[in-house]
Amino acid sequence: MPKLTIDGIEIEVEPGTSLLQACEAAGKEIPRFCYHERLSIAGNCRMCLIEVEGGPPKPVASCAMPAADKMVVHTDTPMVRKAREGVMEFLLANHPLDCPICDQGGECDLQDQAMGYGVSGSRYFENKRAVEDKNMGPLIKTVMTRCIHCTRCVRFTTEIAGVSELGATGRGEDMEITTYLEQAVLSELSGNVIDLCPVGALTSKPYAFSARPWELTKTESIDVMDAVGSNIRVDARGAEVMRILPVTNDDVNEEWISDKTRFIWDGLKRQRLDTPYIREGGKLRPASWAQALSLAAQKIKAAPPAAMAAIAGDLACAESMMALKDLWDRLGSPHLDCRQDGAKLGAASRGDYLFNSTFAGIEQADALLLIGCNPRREAAVLNARIVQRARAGHFSAASIGAPMDVNFPCQNLGAGPRTLQDLLDGRHPFAATLQAAKRPMLIVGMGALARADGAAILAAAKKLARNVGAISTEWNGFNMLHNAAARVAGLDLGLLPGAGGLDVAGMLEGAKSGAISLVYLLGADELDLSQTGKAFVIYQGHHGDAGAHRADLVLPGAAYTEKSGTYVNSEGRVQIGARAGFPPGEAREDWTILRALSESAGHKLPYDSLAALRARMIEAAPHFRHVGAVQAATPGAPAAAGSMGDAAFVSAIRDFYLTNPIARASSIMAECSALAARHSLSLNQKDQAQ
Amino acid sequence: MSVRRLCADQPASFAFSPENLDWCAKEIKKYPEGRQASAVIALLWRGQEQNGGWVTEPMIRVVGDMLAMPYIRVLEVATFYTMFNLAPRGKYLLQVCKTTPCWLRGSDEVTAVVKNRLGVEQRQVTKDGLFSWIEVECLGGCCNAPVIQVNEDYYEDLDAAKTGALLDQLARGEQPKIGSQTGRRSSEPAAGLTTLTSVAGGER
Repeated sequence: MPKLTIDGIEIEVEPGTSLLQACEAAGKEIPRFCYHERLSIAGNCRMCLIEVEGGPPKPVASCAMPAADKMVVHTDTPMVRKAREGVMEFLLANHPLDCPICDQGGECDLQDQAMGYGVSGSRYFENKRAVEDKNMGPLIKTVMTRCIHCTRCVRFTTEIAGVSELGATGRGEDMEITTYLEQAVLSELSGNVIDLCPVGALTSKPYAFSARPWELTKTESIDVMDAVGSNIRVDARGAEVMRILPVTNDDVNEEWISDKTRFIWDGLKRQRLDTPYIREGGKLRPASWAQALSLAAQKIKAAPPAAMAAIAGDLACAESMMALKDLWDRLGSPHLDCRQDGAKLGAASRGDYLFNSTFAGIEQADALLLIGCNPRREAAVLNARIVQRARAGHFSAASIGAPMDVNFPCQNLGAGPRTLQDLLDGRHPFAATLQAAKRPMLIVGMGALARADGAAILAAAKKLARNVGAISTEWNGFNMLHNAAARVAGLDLGLLPGAGGLDVAGMLEGAKSGAISLVYLLGADELDLSQTGKAFVIYQGHHGDAGAHRADLVLPGAAYTEKSGTYVNSEGRVQIGARAGFPPGEAREDWTILRALSESAGHKLPYDSLAALRARMIEAAPHFRHVGAVQAATPGAPAAAGSMGDAAFVSAIRDFYLTNPIARASSIMAECSALAARHSLSLNQKDQAQ
Repeated sequence: MSVRRLCADQPASFAFSPENLDWCAKEIKKYPEGRQASAVIALLWRGQEQNGGWVTEPMIRVVGDMLAMPYIRVLEVATFYTMFNLAPRGKYLLQVCKTTPCWLRGSDEVTAVVKNRLGVEQRQVTKDGLFSWIEVECLGGCCNAPVIQVNEDYYEDLDAAKTGALLDQLARGEQPKIGSQTGRRSSEPAAGLTTLTSVAGGER
């Protein structure tokens, strides 16, 4: 291991470490623009210059120079200072002085470093270079005159997002960053270039000119748009969410979030349920909490336990699901389900429904089989890990399901269960690839399980995982990829039909036939509620979407930014998000609504505080104690579960941008969705033309 | 040099001729599997030749598809190298050298003749479609300054009159004498040899 001296501090670093990293390790901050830990090294901004003794008498770009034994490095000599001042002067020679109207102001690397290394005056009196702004779609605002050509955005889209959409044309003094013919950037991760841009060239279009970073309250929370559980920071001014940014968590989302996660916030302001509503004469009228709760209690008391059903939706927090489960147990109804999409998942063994290898485990996998899932649409941040793994080489990926537009090399083996059976029987050549792999990985999506033969497919997938050695003592590559943020917590807490209980399809059927007379929807919107007959539907949620549209009684709840909620991601990682603001109007935190309802209905739940409720959750599922951690689990033995059908696997997500009520209320998401639809239409036309 | 952009007026499509397709296939084969993108400059150059001397937007897409490259990567290459013309040019593209040696030897008057005779600004095409011209940096013909490159050939030792004559010949469709216009051979001394005038031990 190389041992070197940095400003008099002796330090030993791993071989291959760059001087910049070595300086960081020694506690010396090195200014930089183009260097980024998660991107390849470009070495083009020259801001990280340092002095190395014994070398040529000139400063060295520390990001691109590997640390070597016996090097003597200085980071703060007159030569270094002068060099950095010079670089800064060149950068500022063409950078506009528009900080007062720039959205990057206050969180701008160039602004900060100009304070540290800049000089107060300029020696340049020529006109500054002006660059035309480029169209990059509805999410990224461009002011290209501000660009300093660090190429972080180009490297990000190519290396992490897996789409080569951005490039640098006219390299040289006329270099410009652009997309091909100024087409909109279509990556699901495009918003991350806004964070990566060290200046104000790429900023958030929806957030433009709306707030300054220092006037925002920053709250760390957990994203619910998918089952990745990305760590986020919700920036709010008063009660209004102004923007959402990623928080670094190397185990979960590294430092990226998907565009849906980032730009969902305008949906939090529209279509909100801010007061209880009671349906009278076919129309919903505003009501008070007292009226709403007494009506709900009356209906609950009137219905026999076997005629009551409850469905927990995809965005529900673990707290509200625990309260719902306890209430339903007390009422004596077995009809309870959290599998809104009808996925054939059981809670017999936790390893059956978790992403067992963990997301970080993707880096170790050497063969991947996707069964009925499209990670690009279902978990965009997770997909970035697969893209990086594929780029690293010695990795083969294949999929079973309808052809899809994944952005890593992926062989499509077939459309449906028959191909899975072929792999199981060893008839398909890819079976040998999986067998030969040291750490084979299977990812089963909800597209393969949310169907009548889902249980049989799950059993077959499990069997295949065992056959190819994906489940052993040191490696567990049997993975389930969920789409609903609430799903794993729901399964953990046992929100499944009890003895003789009906599942979601059964409940809806029962409501149609009249066997079910009361349906309680805890934020469940992605259902066909048109056939629920005369059943009395209570909808508890935060947005006026499908559920509220059908409901006879609406109880306004809180969205994920408005409550402290526990979520369990696909890996089984328990994470708690903090509250960034209060719910609007009369809306309340969800567990308190259920607690109040239980009292009105004469079955009082025994917890009066969030702490008491969380203690109850730990009692029900002990792993809730370990916040932030994953408790390893092993899949159970595959059970005989009927035979598989013939239908092709179709990804559970049809439209990435419109998967939940918040997204459907967001105009930004609507715009993105329309753009994506236009793009795929033009691609289809192109395919047909060929 | 100005900002290099694709021409606003683009044809609908581009296709390599069968002979050029064969040539491209050979060119692509020179590179190992997975490194086909290395052939991008060769293919663009061939495409430019076939297309009357300029690179079109459809051509960029065709080359991108042939090499499995994202279009933006091909565009990056096309906008970087000035040897790719991004707009239509005349039959004769005159590149007038303006770097110091040519300038000291009178490139200003050469430029003035070119500009006045053609009556168009740089990068514009004359009405008859024969000529367009640009100023360039060093062509590397300093011994024979000033120099103009017409398409692939150098015309050297120019002055105002010789430049006019050169343009006349080109306009008439004649092939002017390539190289020095003063009659000297390559870059031998302008006033005749001063050394090596005899062969050692004998007559020259």
